[in-house]
Amino acid sequence: MQAFLDTFLGDAAGLERQLGYLAGMAVFGSVVVFGFVLPFAGIVTWAERRIWARIQSRVGPNRVGPFGFLQWLADGVKNILKEDLIPTVADRPLFRFAPYVVMVGFIAAFVCVPFSSDLIIADLNIGILYVTAVTSLVVVGILMAGWSSNNRWSLLGGIRAATQIISYEIPASLSIFPAVLLSGTLSMQGIIGAQGAAPWQWHMFHSPFTLLGFGLFFTAALAEGNRTPFDLAEAESELVAGFATEYSGMRSTLFFMAEWGNLYVIGALVTTLYMGGWQLPQFTYNPVLMNLAQAGVFMGKSFACVFFMIWLRATLPRVRVDQLMAMCWKYMVPLAMLSVFGTATLMVALPNGSHTLRMATFAVVVGVVIRFAFKVRFHLKRARELDYSSLSSGASQGLSS
Amino acid sequence: MSAVTSWLQNVTASCSTVFEGLSITFSHFFRKPYTVEYPDRIETRVQDTLPFRYRGMLEVDLEICTGCLACERACPIECIVIEATKDKATRQLMINRFDIDLAKCMYCGLCSEPCPTGSIHHTREFEGSDYSLESMMRRYVKFPVAAYKPKKTGEDDPEIMPVLERGMRYLDEFAQPAAKPASGATSSSESTSSSESTSSSGTTDPGSGTG
Repeated sequence: MQAFLDTFLGDAAGLERQLGYLAGMAVFGSVVVFGFVLPFAGIVTWAERRIWARIQSRVGPNRVGPFGFLQWLADGVKNILKEDLIPTVADRPLFRFAPYVVMVGFIAAFVCVPFSSDLIIADLNIGILYVTAVTSLVVVGILMAGWSSNNRWSLLGGIRAATQIISYEIPASLSIFPAVLLSGTLSMQGIIGAQGAAPWQWHMFHSPFTLLGFGLFFTAALAEGNRTPFDLAEAESELVAGFATEYSGMRSTLFFMAEWGNLYVIGALVTTLYMGGWQLPQFTYNPVLMNLAQAGVFMGKSFACVFFMIWLRATLPRVRVDQLMAMCWKYMVPLAMLSVFGTATLMVALPNGSHTLRMATFAVVVGVVIRFAFKVRFHLKRARELDYSSLSSGASQGLSS
Repeated sequence: MSAVTSWLQNVTASCSTVFEGLSITFSHFFRKPYTVEYPDRIETRVQDTLPFRYRGMLEVDLEICTGCLACERACPIECIVIEATKDKATRQLMINRFDIDLAKCMYCGLCSEPCPTGSIHHTREFEGSDYSLESMMRRYVKFPVAAYKPKKTGEDDPEIMPVLERGMRYLDEFAQPAAKPASGATSSSESTSSSESTSSSGTTDPGSGTG
């Protein structure tokens, strides 16, 4: 950020320069929060509904604006206009404060999201540690909400969320380590700097152990973000809406904004740690152009992750509480350990890394993707044989026969 | 050892099943959605796709109404009110009133069965929502009109002919009981009249007209 600002600050010195830095960070921070994070949380609800709909052979919201794009604004306006109810038996100050804690925990993570080589609000030298610490604040807010609502469903949801997030913190943190070990730094920009632009130069493909770490981190981050295979905290069929049961109007919207905005945080973290971040070959020396291109690459990768999470949500059913815990403690923690120690051993054995191992891991992933494409083609062909598509040609055939 | 193998089996099974599931859901991106976006975004109106004898809202073709009151008698909930009087001067049957209360109508179709000309019939229109009960009362006669009188020689008026043809077709397409005629004592008169009217199918002659 500072190097980027230097190009604009010219020869200002001392206090003026510091104030310039501060102003630049504040402006960029507010642009990120109000211009990107909050709209993104809304837009992703629309995108999610559209994507689910297509997966379920429906159309989804398509009436408000082009392709229903303004649906999120309509929902937001509706939620603002709703009455903000507080139950009489609720713990009022705690009840009113809880959504803000969740929101702070989620927005504060954006301080360390590296959109490009210069566009980062603050490149802390403990960046990834800071993000893990700050996103844990969400648990506090959720537990506050669950407790203060004075409602069984809320309390159960809050406690489930707390158990789940605290448990999954361990595999999540453990599977951050392979990337940190390989980079030798906790700083977000440092981790990205240790990777290259080409896919096989990403940490993900360093060795099978880092590939495992990537998968584990993605899964654990999903669980921490209360996303569907792990959305026990607000399991609609069991707990009404979990910790958010008693909330209405804008306060409940804040919870859901944090939940959906968290998708981007997860995507950004995965991108930074394992998918090479904004890395791009140096094709121009114009800092503005370069930064924009890098931001585009970063956005593309993290949106791909967000899409994957939405797709996963439409695919997998919710796990049970005992399955959730068994998965965390019996499977993910040992595997994360394996990933960390495997990477460490490999680094001792091959200090410069092994190019063949890298390419072999990359080839395996490419093979899985190709296999996937063939699987999709198989399912499409089978669907055509069963002739589902003749049903979809509209009212005329469906109704007259 | 078996604990380790089952552990590994669980890991591989969960990975492969998630892979399989993801491939199925992804293939849905390349399929068309099945949604019929009912009122406004379909290629053909739903009404146009319905069968000819669909029992939608009732309608009366006054040009071919004989004023026989068969439909009024047949209606089990009395939602049809007809007033027909004989004009002394012209010796013609005049229909002064023909009201159908669609709010009451239960779409049973009993009125259209005894109609000799197919004048009262169901349409394929079914979107009947309205703001008041009064507007559901359909008054077909604004000014008294002469009732239709079937001609011995068959209909030759080019204005009335298509309407009558349509009405007779409507009657012809009744779902008849397959083999033997209905033997119910109470509905004998209706069933005979309807069977008579269908027996004269093919011609445009009303046959069993009450005129």
